[in-house]
Amino acid sequence: MEEESKIGFFGRLKAGLTKTRDSFVKNLNNAFTASEIDDDFYEELEEILIMADIGVTATENIIADLKTRVKKEHLKKTEECREILKESIKQQMAVGETEYKFETEKAVIMVIGVNGVGKTTTVGKLASKFKAEGKKVLIAAADTFRAAAGEQLEVWAKRADVGIVGSVNGADPASVVFDAVSACKARGIDILLIDTAGRLHNKKNLMEELRKMDKIISRELPEVHRENLIVLDGTTGQNALVQAKEFSEVAPLTGIVLTKMDGTAKGGIAVAIQSELDIPVKYIGVGEQIDDLQKFDPDSFVEAIFS
Amino acid sequence: MAFESLTDKLQNVFKKLRSKGKLTEDDVKAALKEVKMALLEADVNFKVVKQFVKTVEEKAVGSDVLTGLNPAQTVIKLVNDELISTMGSETSEVTFQPGKAITVIMMAGLQGAGKTTATAKMAKRFKNKGKKSLLVACDIYRPAAVEQLRINAEAVSVDFFSLGTDVKPPVIAKEALLYAEKNGFNVVILDTAGRLHVDEDMMQELEDIKKAVVVHQTILVVDAMTGQDAVNVAKEFDEKVGVDGVILSKLDGDTRGGAALSIKAVTGKPILYCGMGEKLDDLEQFHPDRIASRILGMGDVLSLIEKAQESIDIDEDKSRDMAKRMKKGQFDFEDYLESMKQMKNMGGLAGIMGMLPGMGMKASDLEGMVDEKKLAHMEAIVLSMTPAERRSPKLLNPRRKFRIAKGAGVDIAEVNRFIKQFEQSQKMMKQMGTNKHGRGLFGGMGGFGGFGGGRRPF
Repeated sequence: MEEESKIGFFGRLKAGLTKTRDSFVKNLNNAFTASEIDDDFYEELEEILIMADIGVTATENIIADLKTRVKKEHLKKTEECREILKESIKQQMAVGETEYKFETEKAVIMVIGVNGVGKTTTVGKLASKFKAEGKKVLIAAADTFRAAAGEQLEVWAKRADVGIVGSVNGADPASVVFDAVSACKARGIDILLIDTAGRLHNKKNLMEELRKMDKIISRELPEVHRENLIVLDGTTGQNALVQAKEFSEVAPLTGIVLTKMDGTAKGGIAVAIQSELDIPVKYIGVGEQIDDLQKFDPDSFVEAIFS
Repeated sequence: MAFESLTDKLQNVFKKLRSKGKLTEDDVKAALKEVKMALLEADVNFKVVKQFVKTVEEKAVGSDVLTGLNPAQTVIKLVNDELISTMGSETSEVTFQPGKAITVIMMAGLQGAGKTTATAKMAKRFKNKGKKSLLVACDIYRPAAVEQLRINAEAVSVDFFSLGTDVKPPVIAKEALLYAEKNGFNVVILDTAGRLHVDEDMMQELEDIKKAVVVHQTILVVDAMTGQDAVNVAKEFDEKVGVDGVILSKLDGDTRGGAALSIKAVTGKPILYCGMGEKLDDLEQFHPDRIASRILGMGDVLSLIEKAQESIDIDEDKSRDMAKRMKKGQFDFEDYLESMKQMKNMGGLAGIMGMLPGMGMKASDLEGMVDEKKLAHMEAIVLSMTPAERRSPKLLNPRRKFRIAKGAGVDIAEVNRFIKQFEQSQKMMKQMGTNKHGRGLFGGMGGFGGFGGGRRPF
C-alpha cells in the first residue's frame, strides 16, 4: 500500500497499532461480507465500534450519520459504506487544527492524570524529544507522594540529559512547582515539564492541589505558553471521558496523551473524547522505547485502523 | 456527568414499566435495551452484555412474569439476580498453604495496574492475620520500581528482598524462596514488572518464574477503569500463565467497574480484593454482589424498591388512600405519622438517601444535612396532639399549641414552625397532585421535604 512508504509517524503508528488493527479490521471485513445493508449489518457495525471503546454515544452518532447518508445516496451495497464510515469517524474526531505552539515558544507543560497511566514515562519521553530538538529542558518532580516517583524521574532525566528540580518525598508539590518556575526564569529554560502525582478525579483535595499548582504557574509566568496535558491509558474505558472532564475543571486541558496503545485495546476512546469533549489528542504512546511517543493525527489514526 | 444521566435513563424505563399494569414482550425488550446500554457504558464487554441480556430476556419472557402481579418489579429483580449470579455472592480470600509451609504468590498485570502498591497492601492485610510476608522485587525494568517496593515494604513494616536489577527474575524468585525458608517466612509475594499480554518474551518470563519456584497463587491486578479490552487481558494472562484470583485496583474512583463482570464471566476467576485508596491499608475484601448495583449505576435502588415494596404490601389500601387525599391537599397529621412509620421501616431517611442512585452517600455524610433528631421532635409534636387535632389541623389555636409544646417537650416556636411548614407542604402537594400521580409510598413521601428541614428525598 502507498502508506507503507511514509515512514515516521504513520509507519510507527501502524506498527504499534498492529494488534489494534488486526482484530478491528478483521471484524469490519466480516461485517462487510454481507452484501445487503440491513439491521443486522448496522448491529454488527455497532458491536465493532463499541468493542473498540468508542463509546455508546459516539457510536450512535456514527451509525445515525451512516444511516442518513445511505438513505440519501440510495446505497445498497455494504462495501459502499466503508468510506462513509471512515469519513464519519473522522468527522466525529474533528476538533480543528491541533496546535503545537510549545515547539516554537517558551512553554510550561504540566502533565496530569489518574494513577498508573504513564505520566512519568511521558514526561521522560517528552524531555528526550525536546532535548534532541536542541531545547533547554527542565523537569520538575512534583509527584512527591508515590514511593520512588522522584527516583524514577531522575533516571529519565539522566537518560535525556536534562536538569531536574524537586523530588523530595513528602514535600508540598506546589512549592516544587514554585521552585521549578523560579529556576526556569533564572536559567533561561525553553521548556519546563512538570510531572505530577497520579490522582483520581473524584478526590476533591487532590484536585484542589492541582488547581493551586496551575495557578502558581499562571501567576509566576504569565507571558509563557501553557500546556496542560492529561495522560489517559489507552486501555481505559468510558471512565476516561469523566477523567478528562473533571481534570479540565481544575486545570484547563490543552491536549491529551494516549498511552499503552501497543496492546490489544483499540483506543477508540480517542474517538469518544475528541467527539464529546473537543480536546485534541496530541501524542500517542505505542511502545516503551524513548521515541515511541508520537504526535497524533486523527486522519492517519483512522486510516491506520482501516488499512 | 454521564453517571447521572444513565441513572435517569434507567429510572425512566422502570417508571414506564411501573406505570403499566401488564407488560408485553416488546416492553420487556425495550427495557432490556436500556439495560444493555447501561452495561455497555459501564464498560462491561459487549459479548458478555449480549449473553447477559439474552439470558434475562429468556427468563422474563418464558416465566409468568408478564401475567404476574407486578411485572415491572419482576423484570428489575431478574436483572439484578442475574448480575449477582454471574458475579457470585461469595467472598474469596487467598488460600494459604497448610501449617508452616510457605505460600508463594506471584503478581501479574499490565503496566500501571497497581501491582507494586497492591503487593504492599496485601502484605499489610496478611500481617494483620499473623502471617510473615517477604516482598520480592522482580521488576528489574521500570526505573525505580525496586525502590518503590522497598519504600512500601518499609511503610507496612514488612521484609523486603532484592538482588538489584541485573539478575533475572526467575533467579531472584528462587533465591528469595531460599531466604524465606531460612528465615521463617509464611508468605512470599513476587512483584513482577508490568507487561502487555501480547508481549511474548515478557509472558515467557512469568512462565519461567513459575518453573523456577512453585507458585501457589498467581494474582492478576486489573485497573477497575479498564474498558472493553479487560476480557482479552484476563484471558491471555490466564491462558499463558494461569490466574488464580484477581485484584481490582482503583475502585475508589467513580468508574462503574464493568470490567469486574466481564472478567468474572469470561474467566470464572474470583475477584479477591479491591483497592480503595492511596493509603496502604486501603485493600478491601471484594463483595461481588455489591458491584451489581454499582455497574447498573443505580445506587442500591433495588433494595430500596424491595423495602418500599415490603412496607407497601403491609397496607396497600392505606397508602393508596393516603395518596389520594394528598392529591387533594387533605394530607393530615395522621398521614404524616403513617409516612414516618413507613420511612422508619425502610431504614430511616439516612438509610434511604444512602441507597439512592447518584447519591451513594454514607450515613456519616448525611449528618448535618438531615437532622433525624428534628424528625423525632416532629413525631413527638404530632403524638402530643389529640386525634381530632391530627385530622383537622385547623383546630390548632394558641392554647392547644401551648399544650402540645409542653407535651412534646419542645419550644412553642418549634411547634409553630412545624405547623407552618406542614401547611406549606399541604399547598405544595395540592399543586403537585394535579400533574403527578402519587402512588404508593413514593407518592406518600412527597411531603417530607418541608418537614425534614433538609432536602427532598426524591
